[in-house]
Amino acid sequence: MAELTYRDAITVGLAQELAHDPNVVFIGEDVAGAGGVFKATPGLLEKFGPKRVRDAPISEQAILGAAMGAAMTGLRPIAEIMFSDFLAVCWDIVANEIAKSRYMTDGQMTFPLVIRTANGAGSRFGAQHSQSVENWAMMIPGIKVVAPSTAEDAIGLLAAAVRDPDPVLFFEHKSIYPMKFDVPDRAGDIVDELGTAKIVRAGSDATVVALALMVPRALEAAEQLAAEGIDLEVIDVRSLVPLDTDCILKSVAKTSRLYTVEENPRLCGWGAEVVSIVAEEAFWDLDGPIERITTPHVPLPSAANLEDATIPSVERIVETIRKTVNA
Amino acid sequence: MTTMPSYEEYGHHAPVFPTAVDETNADQPIAPEVRLRLYEIQQQVRLFEKRAYDLFLKGLVKGTSHLSLGQEAIAAGFGAAMRADDWTFATYRGHAHTIARGVPLTPIMAELLGRENGLMSGKGGSMHLTSVEHGVMGSYAIIGAHLCVANGAAWTSQFNETGQVAVAFFGDGTTNIGAFHEAVNFAKVWNLPTVFVCENNLYMEYTPISDVVPVTNPAADRASAYGLESIMVDGNDADAVYIAATAALDKARAGHGPSLIEARTYRHHGHSRADPGTYRPKEEIDAWMARDPIPMYHQRLLQLGVGEGELTAIAQQVAAAVQTATDEATEGELPSLDSIYTDVWADGGWTWRN
Repeated sequence: MAELTYRDAITVGLAQELAHDPNVVFIGEDVAGAGGVFKATPGLLEKFGPKRVRDAPISEQAILGAAMGAAMTGLRPIAEIMFSDFLAVCWDIVANEIAKSRYMTDGQMTFPLVIRTANGAGSRFGAQHSQSVENWAMMIPGIKVVAPSTAEDAIGLLAAAVRDPDPVLFFEHKSIYPMKFDVPDRAGDIVDELGTAKIVRAGSDATVVALALMVPRALEAAEQLAAEGIDLEVIDVRSLVPLDTDCILKSVAKTSRLYTVEENPRLCGWGAEVVSIVAEEAFWDLDGPIERITTPHVPLPSAANLEDATIPSVERIVETIRKTVNA
Repeated sequence: MTTMPSYEEYGHHAPVFPTAVDETNADQPIAPEVRLRLYEIQQQVRLFEKRAYDLFLKGLVKGTSHLSLGQEAIAAGFGAAMRADDWTFATYRGHAHTIARGVPLTPIMAELLGRENGLMSGKGGSMHLTSVEHGVMGSYAIIGAHLCVANGAAWTSQFNETGQVAVAFFGDGTTNIGAFHEAVNFAKVWNLPTVFVCENNLYMEYTPISDVVPVTNPAADRASAYGLESIMVDGNDADAVYIAATAALDKARAGHGPSLIEARTYRHHGHSRADPGTYRPKEEIDAWMARDPIPMYHQRLLQLGVGEGELTAIAQQVAAAVQTATDEATEGELPSLDSIYTDVWADGGWTWRN
């Protein structure tokens, strides 16, 4: 058993994949010489050399375009977009080029590439460096979307993403980077599976579906409510595309109640899709209204107290569920 | 004092006339078989595009189409100069560049008609022609994006030391979008084997390029900002393009990095099928029609001793191939509706949930 921060896990995961496949290459702004602005990529340049780990200019379209062109010609690039908010400046390459080109070319091309990016709030950086944008990605046909919440998942899902033949947007959460996790020792590489959710706390009274930073918050809320006799089942979605609806539907069949906890702003958040699937396919399993606990539909404020009050907190999760679960 | 033009002045511009043919290009050391290939490609593009236009008028080509009539010499010059394993990245005006890499005409025509036997089985259309087996790595319809993508292919070549070169074609209007500047800078600082080819046809869609670029030559005058040589070529002279292409490809292959080439040319038609091109001065159009690249090249080959009969035979073969392509395309089946759900993912399917 090793204790790793989520930040260290990213480094471990990248090193594992660079070692696993000589065609894996890693590029981004300040990722090589500087080891990444979040210090999630130190030592990779030294270990794998400038041919495999390479700094790029502040040119997000050029970075993702290079990843796309390299992927279609046989490399397996991992490209870092420093903050997920910056995806907006290269969204053409993601949404119009990478996502659509296999389909438009009738399957002549594949794009085995990963776009890693630091997502989410908690750093008091203001609205252009803190937003959760996983819902932008989820609505685009042709892109897989992953957001791990633990160190072990970060390594395993990164490996699954790099080894997948399709493009994957990999959201790391800035506020999880410093958190410590136990990662079990095992022989060989840690490789997880895309499209698999995980029940991270079994329970019987309600299903709480969460993603990324919202997972530890949902778990903490579940512990507090357990003391009051409310037994929550918490699911870490982990992968928005593909989406493990079996896991969610089975859980709802058992608990008869559903809550989503989402950091993205409310409109078209990933939870809305989950809710719509449950409403269509598990309506008669439900004993009460579905509720979405989300960031309100506002750009994110910077001041600490404002930011904390904007994204779903443990207290808000507890209060919302306490008020409604037995209503 | 205002610096804005008056309403009467706005939109008026002096005609831009072509330069005279540089007759010394006839002396360029180009093998006779290469020159015949240059002639053949230009004829293929010319006759294909004319037929595509006819089929559009008959209502058989749906959607949009952007023709390369008048611009054939650029595609031909590069097509003849590129190695079989080099990569082409084209724009929505990409029929010419696809043909120039040797892609058969039937699947191209069938794709324009939205048929099952189309190059992408009807899933891409006129603006996205792709044939990976011929090195045509896509035609891209968002201005500038593919310059960035071409760098990625060039990076693979650099990584694997294969000597392959990525060539990206684009219009003059592209030099105003951020992706152009990102891509050219990136290629230079990474020393990538990318060749950027600006087809300056003097109009950004419907607007004179001189109205929207603060320099005379939209690509060549910006090259120095990226540490690149300013290269201008007569885009209506296939020999001139071939020589410039060969030099840039050789340089890239030898590991000496990217090139930015501006080839000046002129569209014989409007921007797309929806555009009659009436915003262009008549005297300008007349002058450029008189500098049509194909009759000029025909004359040059005759001067170089090629027989009229040989050229006629090439033109006839091409015409027959275009007719065959037309017949096979119009006889093609409509795509199966099942294909809506194929090839979102590498496993062939579209599943996003279990």
